[in-house]
Amino acid sequence: MVHRRWWALLLAGVILLLLSPAAAHADETAEPTDSPSSGSATQSPSESVSPTDTASDDPVVPSGPGIGITLVNSSDKSDEHPKGAPMEGVTLTVLDSSGNEVGEGVTDAEGMAFVPVEELDTYTVRLDEDTLPDGINLNGSNESQPIQMRLLTTTFVDFPIGATKGETASFGDKFVASMLSGIKFGLIVALAALGLSLIFGTTGLTNFAHGELITLGGLFTYFANRELGLSVLLAGLVAVALSAGFGWTQDRALWRPLRRRGTGLIAMMIVSIGFGLFLRSVYQYFFGSSTRSLSEYTNQERRDYGLFKLADKEVAIMLIALVAIALVCVAMAKTRMGKAMRAVSDNPALAASSGMRVDGVIRMAWILGTALSGLAGALLAVNSQVNFLMGFKLLLLVFAAVTLGGLGTIWGALFGSMVIGIMVEAGPLFGVPSSIKEVGALVVLILILLIRPQGILGRRERIG
Amino acid sequence: MDIIEILRTALSQALGPTAIVFALAAIGLNIHFGYTGLLNFGQAGFMAVGAYGLAVTVVIMDLPFWLGIGMAFLMPLLLAIVLGFPTLRLRADYLAIATIAMAEILRLIFGSVEMKESFGGSNGLTGYSKPYKDLNPYDGGLDLGIIRFSRDDLWSVTVGWTLVALGCLLVWALMRSPWGRLLRSIREDEDAVRSLGKNVFAYKMQALILGGLFGGLAGLFHALKQSSVVPSDYSTNITFFAYTALLIGGAARVLGPVVGAIIFWFLVAGLGSIFSQATEGSDPLLPTWLMDGTQASLIRFIVTGLGLMLLMIYRPQGIFGDRREIAIDGR
Repeated sequence: MVHRRWWALLLAGVILLLLSPAAAHADETAEPTDSPSSGSATQSPSESVSPTDTASDDPVVPSGPGIGITLVNSSDKSDEHPKGAPMEGVTLTVLDSSGNEVGEGVTDAEGMAFVPVEELDTYTVRLDEDTLPDGINLNGSNESQPIQMRLLTTTFVDFPIGATKGETASFGDKFVASMLSGIKFGLIVALAALGLSLIFGTTGLTNFAHGELITLGGLFTYFANRELGLSVLLAGLVAVALSAGFGWTQDRALWRPLRRRGTGLIAMMIVSIGFGLFLRSVYQYFFGSSTRSLSEYTNQERRDYGLFKLADKEVAIMLIALVAIALVCVAMAKTRMGKAMRAVSDNPALAASSGMRVDGVIRMAWILGTALSGLAGALLAVNSQVNFLMGFKLLLLVFAAVTLGGLGTIWGALFGSMVIGIMVEAGPLFGVPSSIKEVGALVVLILILLIRPQGILGRRERIG
Repeated sequence: MDIIEILRTALSQALGPTAIVFALAAIGLNIHFGYTGLLNFGQAGFMAVGAYGLAVTVVIMDLPFWLGIGMAFLMPLLLAIVLGFPTLRLRADYLAIATIAMAEILRLIFGSVEMKESFGGSNGLTGYSKPYKDLNPYDGGLDLGIIRFSRDDLWSVTVGWTLVALGCLLVWALMRSPWGRLLRSIREDEDAVRSLGKNVFAYKMQALILGGLFGGLAGLFHALKQSSVVPSDYSTNITFFAYTALLIGGAARVLGPVVGAIIFWFLVAGLGSIFSQATEGSDPLLPTWLMDGTQASLIRFIVTGLGLMLLMIYRPQGIFGDRREIAIDGR
């Protein structure tokens, strides 16, 4: 595939506003402070930073200290936009000097985003390349340029950002690419959905804390990789093992006592909501609200396979997920434990009276289900980044996948996940706004409930 | 550690506008969950359409304020009908998933860049609340030492608690009527009610609409006291907090959600104040390696999560509730 490339210049005008003399800063107001630098990931080394006068066509900026960013495409100038056409819908993340996420902004129709900052620091603005309009890519030159800023003043700085404009891919190419990323996403969702389905099948519990089990896998991977210094591959294995351990622990400490007490399913569901909120806050307590990367495989070059391009890590993610799913399916169909699990989900009382240890089977379902979700979290961490909300954001999609296929059925969960994955990723091709591409999947969830509430592969009696 | 300051923060929150928002939302949930047994996890969605109903009408469509208030009631009503048709026939947990998905859909759409023209994107909408502020009869704020309200808050508190009182009166009157008894019997045994020739679906729909209207009222009140409508104010957590408030007070009791909301916000604000005091200053009470200011603000959510779990396990009926009344079960 030949790509005609030419240089386009993206200008990110950064306006630093430190207008409100906050009491805490009052004693520093006269001093110049080295502060908000920007565009570190996105600057072209060949261009120097040129301060421009406060452009009159800039829209009104919200007051308060903060960083305002205007993103324009200077290769697309017109009378209306002398500096270049504004770029809309690009996500910009502001990081402080220790790499924590301070805020996120999406450029509006004027190419303008505003991120409030609270204290003096050296800030970095990162541009999310995935949100750039089609056909525009950054050329990958990274340089950061600190700028002196004064308090109580507004400083405007232009940052030339190198950008390449690739030939806009044909619909076919885009279709293949989004199908592939949909399959990848669907496989990750499928792992989590299998976990949810196993637990639902054997216990009847709709587990609203399931998203946190996914996050746990990602956090364990991050911990083993960054803190213990293990390779990502090894860290993933450790994370799955630790997740399995957590599955056993939570059954032992929480869910089994509840079953013994005879707590109803609805009550348990509300307990799981509390448990999810608890875990989420604990994660945030220890991990912070920043988004962080693993040490390896963060930015892998995509390999050209002719019809499509995939990074090695994406191939690995799909293979690992496929193998894990296949193993679970075979185990459910062939092994004693698998048969026992299916028996318990069909009829716990009958299973118990035919001599099965229902409690042991349920414990196994918790262990396996949590481990599978942990694996999903680990793969998600390798695929993108780690955040304390990564699983919670996925929870409704997992629910949608499971409901679509039919709650409590293995094949249904798999099928539903693939549909949801492809829908989410291919949606933008068919006009779904990409910033809300998950909405399509959730709408399908509600529609499915309307037309065929038992799910496509489910049985009627389950919804009663 | 300044005990008076902690008490003042806790009391001002517990009796202030925030608690009123949750009290109204929880009254709605009480009709859904407490009386009818409907597990609506999308109350945040009802609140959002209530708030956006007002803001979009006034700010975007440039129509009069009072029409906006009307829209704030119409929108939750429509949402309840649209949502009720596919989901009310479903079992409790399916209904929970469908409603939570609906709330997320609405929040994502309201916050999306593409719909910024209609809903203001993630910055939301402002500039609709002047008629409400102009009605304020007070000249100044209130300072009783232990509890403080600004002038705006005092007006909101007056309006809010009046709404809560009227809402409670309405719920009390409805629930002792034959209609209310029918809702309870649907909660206890749907099939039995159906066998008596009642249209269970219609009654459930009426309950969903009524509770949704209270959700919309909560959103409307939130929008008025806040003077801005921001999509992140209507996240799923809001629904969960409202459930926590309801369960503290006791479901299926008229005053349960109100007392629950007051206690919930007293505890949450009190805890927040205690830990923020314990971590602030150059020589904080708690060492910084253990907890910093940001982490201190999370303690209350950790405690809320734990509290919701323990409450549901050990005292599902809350303070006032009757254990037999909330022994509902899905399977």
